[in-house]
Amino acid sequence: MIVGVRSQGEKIRSAIFGYANLVPYLFFALFPFYFMIITSLKNDNELYNLKAVPFLIQTGVITDHYRYLFFKTEFLTWMMNSLIISVTATAISLVIAILAGYSLARLRFPGVGSFGTAVFITYLVPPTLLFLPLSQVVVWLGISDTIWALIVTYPTFLVPFSTWLLMGYFRTIPKEVEECALVDGASRMQTLTRIVLPMAIPGIVCVTLFGFTLTWNEFTYALTFVSQTANKTAVVGVTADLIRGDIYYWGSLMAGAVVASLPIVVIYVWFLDYYVSGLTAGAVKG
Amino acid sequence: MAIGTRVLEGVSARPSRLARVRELWEREAVFGYGLIVPALALIVGLVAYPFGMAIYFSLSDYWVGSPGSFIGLQNFRDILGNEIFRQTVYNSFVFTGIAVVLKAVLGIWLAMLLFRPFRFKRLIRGAVLLPWVIPTALSVLAWKWMFDSLYSVVNWTAIHSGLINPPGPNWLGMADYAMTAVIAVNVWRGLPFFAIIVLAGLVSIPREYYEAAEVDGAGSWSRFRHVTLPLLKPVLAVVILFSTIFTFSDFNIVQVLTSGGPVNTTHLFATLAYQVGLTGGNLGQGASISLFLFPLLALIVFVQLRYIRKE
Repeated sequence: MIVGVRSQGEKIRSAIFGYANLVPYLFFALFPFYFMIITSLKNDNELYNLKAVPFLIQTGVITDHYRYLFFKTEFLTWMMNSLIISVTATAISLVIAILAGYSLARLRFPGVGSFGTAVFITYLVPPTLLFLPLSQVVVWLGISDTIWALIVTYPTFLVPFSTWLLMGYFRTIPKEVEECALVDGASRMQTLTRIVLPMAIPGIVCVTLFGFTLTWNEFTYALTFVSQTANKTAVVGVTADLIRGDIYYWGSLMAGAVVASLPIVVIYVWFLDYYVSGLTAGAVKG
Repeated sequence: MAIGTRVLEGVSARPSRLARVRELWEREAVFGYGLIVPALALIVGLVAYPFGMAIYFSLSDYWVGSPGSFIGLQNFRDILGNEIFRQTVYNSFVFTGIAVVLKAVLGIWLAMLLFRPFRFKRLIRGAVLLPWVIPTALSVLAWKWMFDSLYSVVNWTAIHSGLINPPGPNWLGMADYAMTAVIAVNVWRGLPFFAIIVLAGLVSIPREYYEAAEVDGAGSWSRFRHVTLPLLKPVLAVVILFSTIFTFSDFNIVQVLTSGGPVNTTHLFATLAYQVGLTGGNLGQGASISLFLFPLLALIVFVQLRYIRKE
């Protein structure tokens, strides 16, 4: 009885301790987003008034920064570019990675182990090691300064990552299922597309989500390979092209940051569990 | 029987080549190699070849638009004698060392908090991971505004809670403060990654170990020290190695927040390589700067591979 009471009290104390630690951290984690949104809705007089309270909007919510963003800049073009680049690069990478991942996880042939290692090493190569020579490769291919420069180069980091992740998923599918299909006269390709792929759908969804997120968020290559305003991605456009002269117009900058993050937030909220499982399965770049 | 097959072969002589290709394709090894050809072509053409080019660039006086000539190790001699480069080496180690240690310690702390049973578990986990999911360049832009020289909300809060005297530090304009800011933002962004992976490690520790430790009279610190930490070691090793590579080679945070300033005190290898190689057009020297990322990368790959073999 006494033990029960004490553990009850201990439980409450431990819960209070937990929340007392979590709440400050959550504040730290989320405050920049709150500040982004609030800045984008504030008029300039209040924004640049040292007497105002920066946490609040005191002189009324305005949408001028958003209107400026949509009607006076190339923001919508950048969003469109980002969408085309992310979807295409993810789709190409997914196909390549499914083929390679299945082969490396499931088939036996000489050298399969070293290919697996090669994929893993490529997965660890940071983009910043290769962006200078790649900027020249893109020039030689004649796609410099176009969205193709990014569609072609993004698979260099997506394919190794996706292959690695998919290998894990393919390994969980029982081998007997494939063998049955082969015995029944299905070709190897049919076995892959009709038997294995449907069973690996969670893995494919996961790879697609991460592919879209990583390409949408990519900054180094997008900044380096494209300099023409009309071909920029949303992330680079907002970061580099909304600054006029040397002056930062924080209202419109933050409005751009909010809208350009929105697609990722929506997908993230929708597929939260996939992100968590993908992170732990693949130990993604961070 | 033998005659029968021969006759059949003779009859179907035409499609036999196609059939033979098809039969070959059905062989495990052929099919296996066939499927990795696209991935292999990509890795060779757009990773291995550019890497070779980076080495060639670093040994030549290659400028944007003018393929230079072979100059041996001159670029390396030049940058090693350069004050800005030495500053960058120092910055990189300070930045990586402090940021990774902070992320590891706070990551374990956060993971243990998230491991407890509490309400709104999914919602809170979702919120914790958010800084890692949002485009880094854009969230860093918000931090840049929060560290503004005149309207910094960080300073405003500190001044109004009596922590510092007005006007407060110019975060991105003073050397030590700028480094602090860059590290803080890196920790802010990288912490969720650590926490979520460590959390997965915590979940996999069998409850019985804790119960046994409790029976033996171990307090909460000793349970952490002798049960949690040793069992988390494999997970921690992987996540620390990963994080070290990507912190060391970071570009986005520094480029957006300070562009390497003030006076090069926050430059990392990647941002300096960008400035020298692309803004300045000296591709040869830029490539040799970014190649300094390679030794650490090679070391970590080596450790990882040995570790994986052992598993």
